[in-house]
Amino acid sequence: MTAELGSFALILAFCASLAQVGLSFAGRVRRDATLTSCGEGAALAAFAAIAIGFATLIWAFVTSDFSVANVAANSHTEKPMIYKIAGAWGSHEGSMLLWCFMLTGYGAAIALARALPWALKSLTVGVQGALGVLFIGYMVFASNPLLRVLDPPVEGRSLNPLLQDPALAAHPPFLYAGYVGLSVVFSLALAALIEGRVDSAWARWIRPWTLAAWSLLTVGITLGSFWAYYELGWGGWWFWDPVENASLMPWLMATALLHSSVVTEKRGALASWTAFLAIGAFTLSMLGAFLVRSGVLTSVHAFAVDPKRGIILLGVLGVAAGSGFSLFAWRAPRLKDTQVFAPISRESALVVNNVILAAVTSTVLVGTLWPLLLETVGRQGGVGGPYYNLVVGPLMAVAFIVLPAGPLLAWKRGDARGAAQRLAAAAAVALIAAVTVYALVSPTRAMGAVGVAFGVWLVAGALTEAAGRLRVGRASLAENARRFVALPRGAWGMTLAHLGLGVFIMGVAFETSWRVEAAQVMPVGGTMTLGAYRLRLDGVTVMPGANYDAEQATITITDRAGRLACLARPARRTYDVGGATTSRVALCPHGLDDLYTVIGERRAAGRQSTWLVRSFVNPWIHLVFLGPLLMALGGAISLSDRRLRLAVGRKAVARLPRLAPAE
Amino acid sequence: MRTGRWAAILGAVLCLAAAGDPADRLHNPTQEARARSLFRETRCLVCQGESIDDSDAPLAADLRRVIRQHVASGASEGEVRAFLAARYGDFVLFRPRLTWTNALLWGAPFLVALAGLALLIGRPRTAPMADLSPDEEARLLALTRPSDNMTPELSSKNAPGLTET
Repeated sequence: MTAELGSFALILAFCASLAQVGLSFAGRVRRDATLTSCGEGAALAAFAAIAIGFATLIWAFVTSDFSVANVAANSHTEKPMIYKIAGAWGSHEGSMLLWCFMLTGYGAAIALARALPWALKSLTVGVQGALGVLFIGYMVFASNPLLRVLDPPVEGRSLNPLLQDPALAAHPPFLYAGYVGLSVVFSLALAALIEGRVDSAWARWIRPWTLAAWSLLTVGITLGSFWAYYELGWGGWWFWDPVENASLMPWLMATALLHSSVVTEKRGALASWTAFLAIGAFTLSMLGAFLVRSGVLTSVHAFAVDPKRGIILLGVLGVAAGSGFSLFAWRAPRLKDTQVFAPISRESALVVNNVILAAVTSTVLVGTLWPLLLETVGRQGGVGGPYYNLVVGPLMAVAFIVLPAGPLLAWKRGDARGAAQRLAAAAAVALIAAVTVYALVSPTRAMGAVGVAFGVWLVAGALTEAAGRLRVGRASLAENARRFVALPRGAWGMTLAHLGLGVFIMGVAFETSWRVEAAQVMPVGGTMTLGAYRLRLDGVTVMPGANYDAEQATITITDRAGRLACLARPARRTYDVGGATTSRVALCPHGLDDLYTVIGERRAAGRQSTWLVRSFVNPWIHLVFLGPLLMALGGAISLSDRRLRLAVGRKAVARLPRLAPAE
Repeated sequence: MRTGRWAAILGAVLCLAAAGDPADRLHNPTQEARARSLFRETRCLVCQGESIDDSDAPLAADLRRVIRQHVASGASEGEVRAFLAARYGDFVLFRPRLTWTNALLWGAPFLVALAGLALLIGRPRTAPMADLSPDEEARLLALTRPSDNMTPELSSKNAPGLTET
């Protein structure tokens, strides 16, 4: 009965979204605040209905109700409870429901937002409702997660073992909250284009939504990267795989948007470009949702692939993005952009940032879609990691050189020499770091040293800028402390995000240049050398798990002096249902490094069993994950800025419907 | 005869299974390093987007063996890539070669960057003079009267020459 209730709730949500569109647009056209209030009510109703549907799906998973087709296909009574709950979004249908849950959730959040002026808000709620109609419609008509089966099986087919990991509970919700958070920015952009007013006030209004979506997306991608790092057992954390690229593209676009919207907010310039990015970011989110699910591209992370429904998703994407960009093409030329700025100015620095991020985004976009593009001319081909590294590397290097100077330059006309003087110390530190690393870390790797120099340059640049803002060395300590507290949090968020980028780059430089790898087939008692470490396979035992049997190895890792560095316990799990095996990596954190050990399948060689043991030393890998988390934290701190919260206080004036013509 | 054939098949299977093993490595470390870097640039055709360096699949092991043979016999990276592309198509290469078909792929990012820079450099350096119609002049006068507060309408219109304070 609950599943029917849930299905009903989903249909109700579809109807509520339709009402949301109709009421909001009609209310705006007739300048009727009652109608638009009803539209906002419909947005809340759609969210409540989707929440009910989502709750019933989770309930069906929790109670292992195999009469629901989706539960039968993706769950099993013996699966641990956390994977029963997380399994609710581990499938095509379930993940779309999570998407719609987020979409209507954001819709409800806009409906409750008080800072927006009435006209813009009503249109935003309307556009968000239109997105709801498309996606909830897709779910209700083509991908209903709550459909029953006529003949319920006694037992479910269980979830793909690769997905049975605690990360499944956290990674998709964060990622989707980020992806779909960009829908608000999309809706705000379309609403502003319809109103014909994309200005600094609008740029301020999109800021909190962009920041929230960007931070959540950053966390989501980092979690996913970490998951792939310990799940796939290849020692790497980024593979330039289509699914990873699908998440990176909206992130790059949102990053560009965060920076261009600053220019629009402070200087009123780049308005149409900011609007373009706002539309583009969510378009790339939708493209990702399509690529991941349609199976048009091969991926190591492929899940929930369904080509037939992929076509419908492509249609949804086409309608949403098509109408968005058409509206942009029609209205954007009317936006005036007459603000001038010198070639050396903060505007210029931010434009350089945007140009490079746009170039990187197009690299990833063209590279990801390349197999499809070639297929249309009857050829085959594809690109991979080496291509992206070769193209993205030099582009980003230019951005990194400019980055620390940006915040030091004044608006309109900056002082290049002054910025260079203030950054001289940072440049010196970066150079010393590079030389030191090149001389001391063996084997010598020029690219690694250059990478470290960039990382140190970014960190030192961010600190220089912060020190300047605190007037360190030019004022008393008390004054420094006062400024530390008094300065806007948005500025601290920026500093922290830029610092996080530097930390990330240092990690990447170290990890890719000085990773040590060793592999050997060994019997119990066998040893192998891994850089400065020694591994010894002490034994292999079979241990039963919740819904699998694990073959777990005990490997002692000692350092050069013979001290115990780590007791690694990598394992191979064979799942009872389906018999699939997964490998469980043993991670030993060691300072900033990880000792990473994987065990292969048992091989019988004569009477003795042997195992292939693969092991990596991933130096400074923790910085690779710490950096993006710092960036996300920067976003969150920026989000708590008083200036963004102050906007809330103006509600009383802003809410009144304006009766004067807006054009 | 019969046992001989079985032995050959068994030998082939063992050979395949062992190809992923460290025992297959070339004795010359520079050659092995070159082979490894080629593995990372070669797609495992039967897997989901893995390189043959990462994959456990038999075909990947087979390809690793072939590449090692080529490298051991002194073939250059370019020759090995050309061989792979001729045998399996361009799809096998993670780093596409510079051909006319691939011109868009290699050129697009830099075109976008150059176009962006051209737009930045080509921006007008001076603000165009404000040309207000009489109607707008009247509105401007009405709006700038001291008794009026700044309303969002005004700040958002961005009338040239007005917002520069």
